[in-house]
Amino acid sequence: MTARSAPPAAARRRTVRLRTVLLTATGWLVAVAFLLPYLQMGVTALKPEKELTKSPGTYLPGHWTWSNFTDVWSAAPVWTYLRVSLTVAAAATVVTLACALPAAYYTARNRFRGRNAFLLLVLVTQMFAPTALVIGIYREMVALDLTDTLVALILVNAAFNLPFCVWILHGYFSSIPKELEEAAFLDGAGRVGALTRVTLPISMPGVVTAVVYTFIAAWNEYIVALTVTASPDRKPLTVAIPSFVTDYQAHWQFLFAASLIAIVPVVILFVFIERYLIGGLTAGSVK
Amino acid sequence: MQDVKLRARDAGASAPAPRPSALRRIGLALTPLLWLGPSLVLIAVVVLWPVAEMVRTSLLKISSSGVTLGDRGGGNYTDLFDEDDLVPVVLRTVGWVAGVVITTMVLSLAIGQLLNARFPGRRLVRWAVIVPWAASVLMTSLIWKWMLDNYSGVVNRVLLDLHLIDKPENWLAHPRGAMLWMMWVAVFVSLPFASFVILAGLQTIPEDVYEAARVDGAGPFRTYFGITLPLLRPAILIASIINVINVFNSFPIIWAMTGGGPGHATDTTTTFMYKLAFYDQNVGESAAMAVVNFLMILVMVLLYLRASRWREEVR
Repeated sequence: MTARSAPPAAARRRTVRLRTVLLTATGWLVAVAFLLPYLQMGVTALKPEKELTKSPGTYLPGHWTWSNFTDVWSAAPVWTYLRVSLTVAAAATVVTLACALPAAYYTARNRFRGRNAFLLLVLVTQMFAPTALVIGIYREMVALDLTDTLVALILVNAAFNLPFCVWILHGYFSSIPKELEEAAFLDGAGRVGALTRVTLPISMPGVVTAVVYTFIAAWNEYIVALTVTASPDRKPLTVAIPSFVTDYQAHWQFLFAASLIAIVPVVILFVFIERYLIGGLTAGSVK
Repeated sequence: MQDVKLRARDAGASAPAPRPSALRRIGLALTPLLWLGPSLVLIAVVVLWPVAEMVRTSLLKISSSGVTLGDRGGGNYTDLFDEDDLVPVVLRTVGWVAGVVITTMVLSLAIGQLLNARFPGRRLVRWAVIVPWAASVLMTSLIWKWMLDNYSGVVNRVLLDLHLIDKPENWLAHPRGAMLWMMWVAVFVSLPFASFVILAGLQTIPEDVYEAARVDGAGPFRTYFGITLPLLRPAILIASIINVINVFNSFPIIWAMTGGGPGHATDTTTTFMYKLAFYDQNVGESAAMAVVNFLMILVMVLLYLRASRWREEVR
């Protein structure tokens, strides 16, 4: 902290400058620490397979094998896995939004009996990860004859991301003055028209955050997909890539090439919604 | 505009109309269901049904091929409590959760503070910190597993080059070392969320509070422990409880790095439960373990609700 009690201006400026330098250095160090494992992924993905068995390991590829990123597509049906991940994530996002939008809007705009009970139910749901319920989910899917289907994955991902979406949208809708909407309503836009033409556009950051967050959570989901899928053409990327390294083969370079193909796009998406995330996840309890 | 507003208020106040017909009253009572219906159905089918199914299964006798053979009463629970591995697994889970959450919280207090400070490139540093949050935990665990590889992992290479070890170490082969490394990975993937909650908490502290402390001549140390930390209490509470639940439920890290092995030596209750069902084909006992897990989470959820005093927050 800089002292206010007026030391010579030059000395103070020096302290401030030193502080900035130290902060910057620490900041960049922290950034590198968080990125190192992913840089290591990149480096490993670019090594030829014979360099991977060297002991001790090498830091950088001796021969930068960019072709790993093209060969990986034929080393395993990566495209099929990607398509499954994409289908599940996209469909789950649509289902979640279709359920969350009306619920969030209605609870934000109306007081009614059961409103608090509903919001509490949503909050409790947020606390239960699929991991805790995986046995029950599996038994249910067996009973419904939905094992090894994408429908099962879509439903599970949609349900467990619903709470986050309801909360973040609820927050946005509550912050928009009712009068704005009612003016549109009176202008003959109708209830739904007022919602789609006035409220939704203003709530766009919330909607985008909900969409991106759900998409990424479903994209990364592991345990339910591991449990309910069996056939290769129904496995998402998370479940499929560990099979690059088994007792019989060790294609770490392909494993990490595929991982990066999955990680890079969603990191970029995530960066876009960074500043809106916390409010939704902590349900406004921080503020 | 004024006029519109007034009329709008009149139009909107349709609820306490003088004497609505019975049909209309029923209609009004049912409108919420129309809006909340989809959510309720989804939660009922995908969350509540599995909960009920889990409890039911834990009381059933189920053959290893999945055929229900009838009621078993508390048999699955007594089987579970008779497992020699249960006590070590539960103790390990407690240690795993406590170790990971405490480390995460201490580090995230520092990182949150750093992300809140002004310096060139802060945006980029925030983005870097977010990466493990967006990336699949499974893939992050796999890269750590590879970095820890006893034969060609980079961790051994670095430690060899620094002369900290003189021959490559098989980090994940010994339960103790494996546990510590996996806890580190759990901290690594938990830090982004915790740090960002702390950051959000720091941003709600008004600047003039610090101004006042400065005027009173409080040093940086006293300012932090006297002002910042107490004001961060809600953020710390929320971050730790959500973290406790996530770490408790954490599955991919252990599954990818050691599979809970050797034997059950690095299992937590979550992986233990999973193995009971899908390796030992003992679905009933696994469901019993799941119910016990579930009850533990329920306690944490209740703590969370009390901590967040959610009713006051619902507008």
